[in-house]
Amino acid sequence: MKTAAKPKMTEERLEEIRKAASESTKETLATQESPRKPSAQGEQSYYGLPALKAPVWTWEVPLYFFLGGIAGLSACVAFVAQSFRSDPALIRVSLWAALLGAAMCPVLLIADLGRPTRFLNMLRVFKLRSAMSLGAWILAAFSGFAFLAVVCFEILLRGFTNPLWTSLLWLGETSAAAVGLLLASYTAVLIGATAIPVWSENRKLLPVHFLTSGLGCSAAILELAGFLIPATQVLGFAASGIETLIEIFLEVRKRPVDAPLHQGKSGTTLRIAGLLEGPIALFLRVFWGSVPAGRYAAAVCFLIGALLSRYAWIWAGRASARDPNVLFQLQRQT
Amino acid sequence: MPISAFLTDASLCIGCKACEVACKEWNEVPDDGFSWSGHSYDNTRALGASTWRHVLFLEQPHRMGAQLAGINEPFRWQFLSDVCKHCANAGCLEACPTGSIVRTEVGSVFVQPDICNGCGYCVVSCPFGVIEKRPEDGRAFKCTFCYDRQKAGLIPACAKACPTESIQFGDLEVLRLRGKKRVQNLQERGYSDARIYDPQETSVGGIHAFSVIFGEPEAYNLPPAPEVPTVYLKSAWTSAFISAAIIVAIVCAAFAI
Repeated sequence: MKTAAKPKMTEERLEEIRKAASESTKETLATQESPRKPSAQGEQSYYGLPALKAPVWTWEVPLYFFLGGIAGLSACVAFVAQSFRSDPALIRVSLWAALLGAAMCPVLLIADLGRPTRFLNMLRVFKLRSAMSLGAWILAAFSGFAFLAVVCFEILLRGFTNPLWTSLLWLGETSAAAVGLLLASYTAVLIGATAIPVWSENRKLLPVHFLTSGLGCSAAILELAGFLIPATQVLGFAASGIETLIEIFLEVRKRPVDAPLHQGKSGTTLRIAGLLEGPIALFLRVFWGSVPAGRYAAAVCFLIGALLSRYAWIWAGRASARDPNVLFQLQRQT
Repeated sequence: MPISAFLTDASLCIGCKACEVACKEWNEVPDDGFSWSGHSYDNTRALGASTWRHVLFLEQPHRMGAQLAGINEPFRWQFLSDVCKHCANAGCLEACPTGSIVRTEVGSVFVQPDICNGCGYCVVSCPFGVIEKRPEDGRAFKCTFCYDRQKAGLIPACAKACPTESIQFGDLEVLRLRGKKRVQNLQERGYSDARIYDPQETSVGGIHAFSVIFGEPEAYNLPPAPEVPTVYLKSAWTSAFISAAIIVAIVCAAFAI
């Protein structure tokens, strides 16, 4: 084209343009005949534009999902360890992990709000039907119980044995453990009960993943704190084992709605995360688990994988919201 | 008080966008960008935080009744003014953790701007992709059904501005009947694929802003079977409780050995 002379702007040229436009319109209509025809799947979407709004949550929310999982499961581990009269040093680390996690979570959530100064509006109502409302109350309750447990534990550790502190510790630990399980799993329900297809179609899988991931992370933190005992090894094995199964399940099951879990930024990240949490951590434990370095490596791999997977799931939600065709096909099937 | 409703009739819409303009002016909605989309005459693209009425422009290779398009191939150009559906079971309302989103006495779904803290959960809970967070403001916005005007005994700005009565405002049951009759009438006149879009058979339980459309709803980006996301809660929580029980058993086993 660069060598061709510029066509003279005449009435003939205008006729030419008009003719070309009319030809191309006919062509477009003819070629679009087949994809635009009503089929069993129904009509195509409106110019391929998204039919849903993508999640607006920024980096704070996936990080919160990650920390909430660690905090919740750490409280659960502390309670069980206490019940089996395990090493007080281990219980102490778990309780502090729960409290520190609980302290960071509200900061992240408030930072993500469009109007951070209105964060207290979260506690204006209590709605069982809103996972977000329930979550705000769960986090508030968890922080209180974790704080109570840590305070009582530290008092008892300093030799102030008193039935009051013992019973308050018991109350704090049991409640924190119970609410901690909710804290680690409600986030999965939160995204599972939305209009975003890739989330809602995986609503049963997400809680399994989030809880297992939280468990593996709380065990990994104990290992990194130096507790290379059989209990943390067993927890690490169990968590990586379940994550491996989830990874295999996701790879084997091919549904159009799961495309964001296999393709693009979210798919790649989720695959790396799944490998780190599952097969790689498991491999390290099996072949290198007898030496501390192997267990540290497995713990670090699991933590990184767990963090990445939370981001991958949020990104998958964004990709899912952009695809109107999958949404419509899904609704036509059911 | 009777339940208010919109009946938006694609067979009467001329694509003038008076509703978009009227809505913006009355509600002082900020601009939603000045850019060309290339999608027919639609440069608005979709409903959003700053777009509460959206006129769709469909170019389809179908005959429109007995109309002749002036080209050999079957062709029709359709318009429809889309709006928040004010669902009978509204996903955004159920999801809102602050109680900012409420059901008004006229049956509409209203976001109280002085309560909303911009958590963004309503955005992913709307099965129609309507409500959106306005980034520069931080809060979520959508059609108010001109709640202020209705309180003053006036009809919504879009319906008032519509020159062809494509947007009709009135009592829900009256308009449902009118819509049904309109579709019957259109079909008798040869517009065989005229239909009502009002998903009453799904968990959404019907919408208060329904439409007369031609052909499949997907072409208008209207979901054929929208569900209110709270229907997913039961199975998600069941999975969470079973998983939690198994996790506790694993932790107990780990510390028992």
